[in-house]
Amino acid sequence: MGAIRLEKVKKTFGTLDVIPGVDLDINDGEFVVFVGPSGCGKSTLLRLIAGLEDVTDGKILINGTDVANEAPAKRGLSMVFQSYALYPHMTVYNNIAFGLKMAGESKEVIEEKVQSAAKILNLTDYLERRPGALSGGQRQRVAIGRAIVRNPAAFLFDEPLSNLDAALRVNMRLEITGLHQELKTTMIYVTHDQVEAMTMADKIVVLQAGRVEQVGKPMELYNNPTNKFVAGFIGSPKMNFLGGELAKKYDCHEIGIRPEHFAISTEKGEIPATVKIAEHLGAETYLHVEADGLGPMTVRATGEIPLGEHDKIFLTPEQDRIHRFDAQGLALAKS
Amino acid sequence: MESKQTPLGYVSFSVFAWIVGLLIFFPIFWMVLTSFKTELEAVSIPPSFISFDWTLENYAEVQQRSNYFKFAMNSVILAVGSTLVGLVFAVTCAWAMAFNPTKRTKDALLWMLSTKMMPPVGVLVPIYLVFRDWGLLDTRFGLIMVLFLMNLPIMVWMLYTYFKEIPTDILEAARMDGATLPKEIIFVLLPMAVPGIASTMLLNIILAWNEAFWTLNLTTSDAAPLTAFIASYSSPEGLFWAKLSAASTLAVAPILVIGWFSQKQLVRGLTFGAVK
Repeated sequence: MGAIRLEKVKKTFGTLDVIPGVDLDINDGEFVVFVGPSGCGKSTLLRLIAGLEDVTDGKILINGTDVANEAPAKRGLSMVFQSYALYPHMTVYNNIAFGLKMAGESKEVIEEKVQSAAKILNLTDYLERRPGALSGGQRQRVAIGRAIVRNPAAFLFDEPLSNLDAALRVNMRLEITGLHQELKTTMIYVTHDQVEAMTMADKIVVLQAGRVEQVGKPMELYNNPTNKFVAGFIGSPKMNFLGGELAKKYDCHEIGIRPEHFAISTEKGEIPATVKIAEHLGAETYLHVEADGLGPMTVRATGEIPLGEHDKIFLTPEQDRIHRFDAQGLALAKS
Repeated sequence: MESKQTPLGYVSFSVFAWIVGLLIFFPIFWMVLTSFKTELEAVSIPPSFISFDWTLENYAEVQQRSNYFKFAMNSVILAVGSTLVGLVFAVTCAWAMAFNPTKRTKDALLWMLSTKMMPPVGVLVPIYLVFRDWGLLDTRFGLIMVLFLMNLPIMVWMLYTYFKEIPTDILEAARMDGATLPKEIIFVLLPMAVPGIASTMLLNIILAWNEAFWTLNLTTSDAAPLTAFIASYSSPEGLFWAKLSAASTLAVAPILVIGWFSQKQLVRGLTFGAVK
């Protein structure tokens, strides 16, 4: 059981408002991802929930109990750090067992729990090694093992995959998602990578400058961003924002069109453009184009298309996929 | 690309280093040599290096005249005692400064270190009076307190630089794992800082062992360590170089041996943080 509720949680460092006041509901068993650019306060928010930072004001309720002034250990949460933060002087076994020892568990219970965690994470052969003798992925698994043996109310992950190389990252992403399906424990996961957020989350919390910009399911955020920031942050390549005459036609300040929501033609269309760079990836092609009178845009086409530098093309946005924004950057209802 | 060091440069540096090393070592070597001479040979000019009558009579006489082991035991108790007491305070202090720094932490560290720059004689009178009034003169307890306070800034400073190298994440992980502050320090911080703590302890044992100003001024017999033992051979009956050398050799021998065996640890400790 691990339902977490934040009520007007506030954090200031000196005169700097890092988190001006966040309200958030995390349901039991949910996989929630905090995502945002660096410095947006997502890690700070996680550390506030963990208890590694003191809240300036507000309540943190775990299963209905306010723990804002409790020590980290009393909150019943486990955390996986970006740097793994393993105890270098202990064997893998002792790393995983440390929390249980601190809790005063008996030797038999510790043995049983460590062995079962090691089995889940494929660490059984490495229990007598020191962290220094493990690869990055194995270390990450030890850190996760240390977290699961404590049977926490929720897992907190602070950018756990940033130190891994790209291939391993994809693997670990799947492993963590699998772990969540198996354990069904609440997980809060912090990342700056929107791909991780989209692929792993039940619910994404987009943060900017300590404020929650939008909370929702991945596809909700993709299809109906509430403002320009979320629209630009979710989705890769980034959404194209176009102003001027074209926006006026749609009766708004600016329109946003995702790179994948264009029809491309070499004969006719709404927006004439010139290809500057074509990136052929096989499965898809990214065209970086200069639209006449609108500036640079990115277009994504599936499959291979025979276009290259200086080619003239015409782009037509899919009408029901056009996002409209007012002068403040807030989304307007779709036309 | 810059060329590698030439053989000539390498050789001349080595020669230079050997000269400096031998210059520093020479007085100790001479002291040991003199301790095996007769008093007459000890002052003879020109001095003799090897071709003299080797004798152990100085050592015999020194042991006869004063109980070496009593002084040595005092030295051990003072050096180890002050280091252990210091360690308790320095570890907690360095922990606070390294992991919970404030805007004033650097200033506090510098201020602590600056107390080492004051000549001790400046506070001799007040400390002496305190010792006299509290009955601490010539007690091991009193001296342990003085030596520990004298060396505390250096201990804090050394441990601080060590602790700074330890990632805060690991301590936070321990906190998440339910470790209380004492457990966090004992089970996680200290084992990771063992090399730093070892060299801090070594340096402090050596400093306390060699400390002469306070030990000479605040003791007479009961708590007197080896520094007082040496000093007792220097003045009253004129200079007896051979016996003085024998006494000095006996006094520095233990610490020299410790230093010799732990030099690797010491060098690492003293240059830690400076060389990465």
